[in-house]
Amino acid sequence: MSDQLAIELVGVDKRFGQVHANKDIHLKVKKGSIHGIVGENGAGKSTLMSILYGFYHADSGEIRVDGRKVSIPSSQAAIALGIGMVHQHFMLVENFTVLENVILGAEGGALLAGGMSKARAELKRLADDYDLKVDPDALIEDLPVGLQQRVEILKALFRSADILILDEPTGVLTPAEADHLFRILRVLRDEGKTVLLITHKLREIMAVTDEVSVMRRGEIVATRQTSKTSMGELAELMVGRRVLLEVEKGPAQPGRPVLTVENLTVRDARGVDVVRNVSLEVRAGEIVGIAGVSGNGQSELLEAIAGIRAVISGTVTVDGTRVDLTQGGTDPAAMRGLGLAHVPEDRHRMGLVTRFPECENAILGYHRDPAYGRGPFLDFDRIRKAAKTEIEKYDIRPAECMLKTANFSGGNQQKIVLAREIERDPVILLVGQPTRGVDIGAIEFIHKRIVALRDAGKGVLLVSVELDEIRALADRVLVMFDGKVVGERAPETAESELGLLMAGASGQEAAE
Amino acid sequence: MFETLIFVLDSTARLSTPLLLAALAGLYSERSGVFDIGLEGKMLGAAFAAGTAAALSGSAWIGLAAGIVISVALALVHGFACITNRGNQIVSGVAINFLAIGLTALLGQAWFGQGGRTPSVSGGGRFGELTLPLAESLRDVPVIGLIYYELVSGHNILVYVAFLAVPFSWWVLYRTRFGLRLRAVGENPGAVDTAGISVTWLRYRAVICTGILCGIAGTYLSIGQSASFIANMTAGKGFIALAALIFAKWKPVPVMFACLLFGFLDAVAIRLQGQQVPGIGEVPVQAIQALPYILTVVLLAGFIGKAVPPRAGGVAYVKERS
Repeated sequence: MSDQLAIELVGVDKRFGQVHANKDIHLKVKKGSIHGIVGENGAGKSTLMSILYGFYHADSGEIRVDGRKVSIPSSQAAIALGIGMVHQHFMLVENFTVLENVILGAEGGALLAGGMSKARAELKRLADDYDLKVDPDALIEDLPVGLQQRVEILKALFRSADILILDEPTGVLTPAEADHLFRILRVLRDEGKTVLLITHKLREIMAVTDEVSVMRRGEIVATRQTSKTSMGELAELMVGRRVLLEVEKGPAQPGRPVLTVENLTVRDARGVDVVRNVSLEVRAGEIVGIAGVSGNGQSELLEAIAGIRAVISGTVTVDGTRVDLTQGGTDPAAMRGLGLAHVPEDRHRMGLVTRFPECENAILGYHRDPAYGRGPFLDFDRIRKAAKTEIEKYDIRPAECMLKTANFSGGNQQKIVLAREIERDPVILLVGQPTRGVDIGAIEFIHKRIVALRDAGKGVLLVSVELDEIRALADRVLVMFDGKVVGERAPETAESELGLLMAGASGQEAAE
Repeated sequence: MFETLIFVLDSTARLSTPLLLAALAGLYSERSGVFDIGLEGKMLGAAFAAGTAAALSGSAWIGLAAGIVISVALALVHGFACITNRGNQIVSGVAINFLAIGLTALLGQAWFGQGGRTPSVSGGGRFGELTLPLAESLRDVPVIGLIYYELVSGHNILVYVAFLAVPFSWWVLYRTRFGLRLRAVGENPGAVDTAGISVTWLRYRAVICTGILCGIAGTYLSIGQSASFIANMTAGKGFIALAALIFAKWKPVPVMFACLLFGFLDAVAIRLQGQQVPGIGEVPVQAIQALPYILTVVLLAGFIGKAVPPRAGGVAYVKERS
């Protein structure tokens, strides 16, 4: 790391209508360093990076690259300045080969033949130099996400990027894949490249960065040397107050079984068995966490138990009542009737109708409850009254029950769903990705609620791709891989062991 | 028997030509992510423009130029609606079809007073049949001579253009920078945008390619295959071309075979008119004429397996506001 600056932002400001996304940003990124940018969702990190990559234009302020004042009107200009970006959602053409994706936009001539062979040689050189091996002729759709991300990095390096921006790069990776990514980033740094890492995961900041800047509500509130700060301090800076990173909970006191799943198999539309013969049990007063890399059958498992997905085989017993899911079992209303509540993974697609006002969403799925109706009609006075009680109890902001749900932030939307499900006093709560896209402050609240439900003697089945969340909340951890439960561990088990199980290693291998 | 087959194949080539040109036209637009059900309208507009220009100037080439200009203009209207203004691509295509049907009939009647027809052209006003070298001298050679004389030689130049456009389109799509970007923008415009390429300009270029090929297709109908424009002379060919495009899964060479199949059915239908079919007797003309359309429905309904369209097709590109 030298004292030369790769990027300097001076007074960068950006508004979208009423929203002040970036306020007077001053940022110095040293050449040959890994610089982290942390902040909650909506803190303005992505906007700032989009300005650097020429997606948006700052309203005012100055950008300096290698000490020279520049303007970046387009991605093309950013590329020409040696800035490369790895987007959170990969910008790859899935039915193209790795090679085709890499040369797209940098073909080196109107005909492909010449550029292709040169690119092939260049890819081999990059693979050797940076330990980034990928088969150039593989189709993107056949590659695991870790390798797809490697292709994104190769795309940037192929365009001779000196400054690499990574936007939430580990969201889709297993812990082992993330470690490999960090190794690559260190190699890149040692070769003199500058890396800007945007994330909301403090652990990653501590693990890999040299310096870190914290963003809050569009401002950079602090820049620290990573070695001289702590997760606690960073979290406090992000939220603006002290945050409990650990969930406070006493030991579980498991009682009778409230949810028993036996031999559940789910086949998806492609004819692939995504859940294979899974059996599990959740007792009253305990939280069972299901860990796994996204796409290993957890989502389908949850949906099948909730009665919203057809199954090949399997029975579910809720609080003593046994339901054969193959025979008219796919009836979510019947499952709810048994005392099963479900907070779906994707609140926008399944949990809420975002065009409806808050109070209508607060009774969605329970709208047939006579408490809200008068004969065939809805009684809006009572609905609004009930919604207001929940708003108060769950600190949902703004406290307007007639406001369109789309206008609430992610964290508040999640609280609406959670309030609706928990307030029906279920015996078992299924909850998927409870804090995806939710701010740290709201995460804390949601975690407390889930633990409180457990302490009230209810069962909770939690699915999350955030291993930290599983370990913090669960009393028992089940790991899913390729549709099967491959192991049960205590939440205190080392992250590396859980990570290996999630990646498909056998229990024996993982323990070693 | 052999001669009959050659004659049927010969008319297959003629009847496939407008389908092939229109389907390849659609391929450019749709591979770039802009669905185009307005192929029919563009062909019709081009047919009318070509018929009118050829009648007035006496030159088929001026007719072709006029056909292409009108078709490209209609394609740009579609582009302006769907790419620049992010309008609904299906609605825009339907609008262009209706516009073309109405306007060509109206203008034809107003200008020439022949019930929507344009005046007949002959000689230099049409694309005449070309006799390829040696066709006459080889004519009497058995089998090969007949095939060469009847099937390969003796078409107008637009037929050759259509069939040469197949390998050319393949080459453009898979061997050039433009083709790579075109295929990419139809699958993931975000990838193209972040690579520093303008999605808008790329899609406009694709739409212009569509306009040019539809222009040739329409011109072929009015002053290649016939001698004048007749109201609604496309008679659904634009839609059959669209069916062929889907049937062929948006790939140039399969598009050719799909169009040949439709053309062949059309040729057989014409051949069967008034003939006695053993065991059935004389088949009604209407039933025979319906044959290609019935096949279209059958093929699209079940025989093609899963046709996966370009993933970003039908959706206007909006930069993500994160």
